[in-house]
Amino acid sequence: MKLIIAIIQPEKLEEVRQALIDCDISRVTVSRVTGHGQQQDIDLYRGQEITPDLLPKTRIEVAVNDAFVEPAIDAIIQSARDSESGKIGDGKIFVLPMEQCIRIRTGERGGEAV
Amino acid sequence: MTGQLHSRGKSWRGIVSRMSILALLGLCVSQAWAQGTSQAPQTAMTAAVTTAPGDPIDHATTVWMLISTGLVLLMIPGLAMFYGGLVRTKNVIGTMMHSFAAMAIIGVIWALCGYAMTFGTSWHGIIGWDQSKFMLMGVDDALMDGIPELVFAMFQGKFAMITPALIAGAFAERVRFRGYCVFIALWSLLIYNPLAHWIWGGGWLTGRAIDFAGGTVIHISAGVAGLVAAIYLGPRRGYPKTAMHPNNLVMTLMGAGLLWVGWFGFNAGSSVSSGLQTAQALTVTQIAAATGACVWMLIEGFHLKKATSLGFVSGMLAGLVAITPAAGDVHPAGALALGALGAVICYGAIILKSKLGYDDTLDVFGIHGVAGIVGALGLTFFLRSEPIEGLAMATRFWYQLEGVLVSAAYSAVVTLILLVIVDKTLGLKLSVQGEMAGMDHDQHGEHGYGLLNLN
Repeated sequence: MKLIIAIIQPEKLEEVRQALIDCDISRVTVSRVTGHGQQQDIDLYRGQEITPDLLPKTRIEVAVNDAFVEPAIDAIIQSARDSESGKIGDGKIFVLPMEQCIRIRTGERGGEAV
Repeated sequence: MTGQLHSRGKSWRGIVSRMSILALLGLCVSQAWAQGTSQAPQTAMTAAVTTAPGDPIDHATTVWMLISTGLVLLMIPGLAMFYGGLVRTKNVIGTMMHSFAAMAIIGVIWALCGYAMTFGTSWHGIIGWDQSKFMLMGVDDALMDGIPELVFAMFQGKFAMITPALIAGAFAERVRFRGYCVFIALWSLLIYNPLAHWIWGGGWLTGRAIDFAGGTVIHISAGVAGLVAAIYLGPRRGYPKTAMHPNNLVMTLMGAGLLWVGWFGFNAGSSVSSGLQTAQALTVTQIAAATGACVWMLIEGFHLKKATSLGFVSGMLAGLVAITPAAGDVHPAGALALGALGAVICYGAIILKSKLGYDDTLDVFGIHGVAGIVGALGLTFFLRSEPIEGLAMATRFWYQLEGVLVSAAYSAVVTLILLVIVDKTLGLKLSVQGEMAGMDHDQHGEHGYGLLNLN
């Protein structure tokens, strides 16, 4: 079992969700976060250009069984990448080992609960 | 000890407040006396208190019209808040800018030529024009039924501003700002000004259909234009499958509050007087709004088992729109009926919209168009007295229907032409990327709320 955390551009959320659903991953947690990598963004306030230190991003968490890890990664890459070649700021995917997974309602554990 | 001090302080405050009440009373009495005497300008005293004998300005009406002008202007930021709260977070600035842009753009156009086109001398009943009214030049020191014509021009200008701003709700969240600005400028010139001229300014429909404060000219024309624009531009990406939640209903409720208050200026100001008809218009406005809100809450209570705040303001707006054409001409009982009818029929219209599947985002047609039609036709049956003596009810109904059909058809056809022109030249529909990123970032380079972004 793995926990996949992806940081993506907020406007790509719809596409990424759809891509995940298409490969049978329908359980996701989404949160709004801010952060920075290499990308820079420029906002305009009263004619002044302002470069924010922290940019709004969207964080997606998906818990998957081992067989689903690669399809999920591919789906996220394809849907979150801006155009063919990609752009700075498209985001990152982290894959973490997951020790245990428990469904609160039934108490099921492990792969069944994912 | 402290208790004593406290009670002393209290009694002092009591005395002070009693004194101020007395002073206020004195002021009221002296004012009432001054007003009473101003009826007879022959007495020497009045000259000092109010106006010189033979003063052509009707100060009471002028003051009320100035207040009304301000109230109607306040409706536009109110509308910005109302619409702004209903869209998604990423579009809040863009949506509010639609209303504010209308204030500025139509504000300029109206002074330049809008007033001349609407209230100038009629050319064959089709469009008005007066060289002297261009840039409001000749209006500068003119009087009109005792009020400075500039006040009337500015009051009417507020109506011209709010009408295109209303349309913006139909295609919210998916237009380019540049295209929108050009679209409303052309819409105002080619649709609002001629329509207002036909019905109010001495055009070919003047004296036929009753439209006290803009049921046909404003609400039906904007509602139909919104419907045409919503269908032409197509739905938002993901509509209706994706849930699209209002970002801030609190702001929507505050905006709706401003609209209700502003509507007193809208309707009661449209009497262009300060007397009986003003009071009648104000009263029925209040009653219709309250009835509309009550009825909508009841329907939702039975239908959904919960009364929503958005439902409340929708019912209130339906009531206000329905009474708008009728405000000067119906009894309070008529207002009750029209408010209730407006809410019931609009509720149905919105259910029908979801069935038909077109994306009139903020229900401009569902509320303004439909309630406008309900009011314009329904007033036939609740008239205080028929303004044209001896006119049969059937003929009155036909006059009203004619007003509705003409405004709806004219608005629909010309709106479609304008949409095609603007969309093909400047581009009106937002790109897919722009729509996903949101109008705020894509069109204005700003964010509505700082809280999400920790900078």
